[in-house]
Amino acid sequence: MLTIENLHAQVENKQILNGIDLDVKAGEVHAIMGPNGSGKSTLSSVIAGHQDYEVNHGTMLLEGEDLVDLSPEERAHKGIFLSFQYPVEIPGVSVTNFIKTAINASRKAKGLEDMPANVMLKKIREKSSLLEIDSRFLSRSLNEGFSGGEKKRNEIFQMAMMEPKLSILDETDSGLDIDALKIVANGVNRLRSKDNATIVITHYQRLLEYIVPDFVHVLLDGKIVKSGTKDLAVELEEKGYDWIKEMA
Amino acid sequence: MDFKEKLLASHLAFEERIDHSDPVHQMRLDALEIFEKKGFPSRSDEAWKFTSLGATIRQDYALFPEAETTIQLKKVKKYFLYEIDTYKVVFIDGVYSPFLSDTTHDGLDVCLMSAALSKAKYRSLIDTYFDKITNKEDSLTALNTSYTLEGAYVYIPKSVVAEKPIEIIHFSSGQEKALWLQPRNLIVVEQNAQVQILERHQSLKEHDVVTNSVTEIYTHQDAFVDYYKIQNDLSTASLIDNTYISQEKNSNARVHTFSLGGKLIRNNLNFYLRGQHSNSTLKGITLLKNQQHVDHYTLVDHVSPNCESHQDYKGVFSEGSKGVFNGKIHVDQLAQKTNAFQQNNNILLDDKAMVNTKPQLEIFADDVKCSHGCTVGQLDENVLFYLMSRGIPKKEAKALMTYAFANNVLESVELPILKKRINKLIAQKLGVNLGFDL
Repeated sequence: MLTIENLHAQVENKQILNGIDLDVKAGEVHAIMGPNGSGKSTLSSVIAGHQDYEVNHGTMLLEGEDLVDLSPEERAHKGIFLSFQYPVEIPGVSVTNFIKTAINASRKAKGLEDMPANVMLKKIREKSSLLEIDSRFLSRSLNEGFSGGEKKRNEIFQMAMMEPKLSILDETDSGLDIDALKIVANGVNRLRSKDNATIVITHYQRLLEYIVPDFVHVLLDGKIVKSGTKDLAVELEEKGYDWIKEMA
Repeated sequence: MDFKEKLLASHLAFEERIDHSDPVHQMRLDALEIFEKKGFPSRSDEAWKFTSLGATIRQDYALFPEAETTIQLKKVKKYFLYEIDTYKVVFIDGVYSPFLSDTTHDGLDVCLMSAALSKAKYRSLIDTYFDKITNKEDSLTALNTSYTLEGAYVYIPKSVVAEKPIEIIHFSSGQEKALWLQPRNLIVVEQNAQVQILERHQSLKEHDVVTNSVTEIYTHQDAFVDYYKIQNDLSTASLIDNTYISQEKNSNARVHTFSLGGKLIRNNLNFYLRGQHSNSTLKGITLLKNQQHVDHYTLVDHVSPNCESHQDYKGVFSEGSKGVFNGKIHVDQLAQKTNAFQQNNNILLDDKAMVNTKPQLEIFADDVKCSHGCTVGQLDENVLFYLMSRGIPKKEAKALMTYAFANNVLESVELPILKKRINKLIAQKLGVNLGFDL
């Protein structure tokens, strides 16, 4: 589904990614781990198309189609979803109105009519109950005054609504207590299918106990230095990152 | 003959048109003298540093429309809050339109300034209130006073709650190529009374119209005044709005100004908090493009202790438009325990737009809470990325952000239908369908 080869990227003339290779197939969950400053969040921003990051080498294909020159919204229309580490606040625009706007923008890009209001409402009910979100929450302004857990739950709710092919969860576990983490992980797991794929970016192994990855990659100085199965995450939790640094 | 000279010379012709036995005629003559002495403000006046009337007054304007114009209701219906029942005081080219108006004397007065000036029963009210809180030294106010003749007169007696909002609407028909209008409004809200008022100036076709308006509002003890100024005129229309509000004990006065269109707009908004525990709100949304220019010049004068004032102005500018905000808070030595807040936030959508913002705090009491904050910035790139990553195209994303930026000013609008209208206007101005019901 997502094929990244020898990807180099920089921000403000600072080289952050130094040759990433990653192959994510439909139905798979990949975890990307690494210490602070290793380039994890940069990789998610580059895949989603943040304009501050310049890809200066390599390729990035979604189902064979080159992503590099596409805008963030075009990538969203093609099925990429990024769950933000720090979701932004949009005062005066409710969660419901925001998701309607987002869904209908994608539909419009595909030449479809707006989603009928009753279909939208039904879907909102279904997906919000999946994440144990109550209806009062949906009429609040997007992320305004939300707790850390509410923000992350709302991100996964948006993901559920948009039904992406490739989801990237950027540090979704940060700021979550264990109950919220379980709800979020449960939501993600129930959205998994043989047709979509997930990249989980995290610092800690904790989230991976609930969202079990097929592959674990360790990112260091903008390169994947080690790949393995979920056991690698456990090993990292025990030993930290230093032994990998020494190896690399 | 330049336009100032014309205004001075035409006063004789004006006198011939009116009944100058009315109680305010000496005030007109005194005011004319002040205007003669001071003339139009120029950019060398500190208060007019960022707004020039030079080009405006280099032109010539008709002072009295040649012929009366009638307008069909269906052509102007959209400018009214037609969805709900309202009182209406409507003028066309400065002349009262009984056909479009809906006035009353039933329990409250919603009628004409000309009637209040000429009828004996209003005499004592005119003597008490007319031109009593204006700044006599302000040349544009003086100019308006010197030509005072028509406008809206509103009187809400003690403990009366006006059940319908009052719309004061000035149309300019375009019959005159260039027209100078000077409406004069007087609004008296007695003890424990309440009123909601909307004011708008609207050209019906492109022509040079300049309105130099003066409004005096008296808010008595425990009274509530909720005032909305809708400034969404054509790009050939200019407005100088001089509004003076006095507040007695426990009163609450709020003015929302929505500046969404026009050529040059200057809002001189003056609040005088004369009674303890009174509360003032001044809020505004300014959303401009092209060569439009809006200048908010506010004064909040805390004369009494224990009062509160809240100012919150949001501005969004693009394509060569200019915004000015000058907010002066004066706290008298006696006005202890004052809470005065002022906020002016601006967004420049491109590099051709400009904003000058200047808070002025003059505090002479020592036990007060005053704060002010001004920002000028651009839309946050990280927020833009978030919205675009949700599939929302850049233009819509920017509109959504702009909407979110200005939105909180609308929260305090207590007329739901107006809130909806302004919301729609903003979306329309931003040139996008935000994809949800406003």
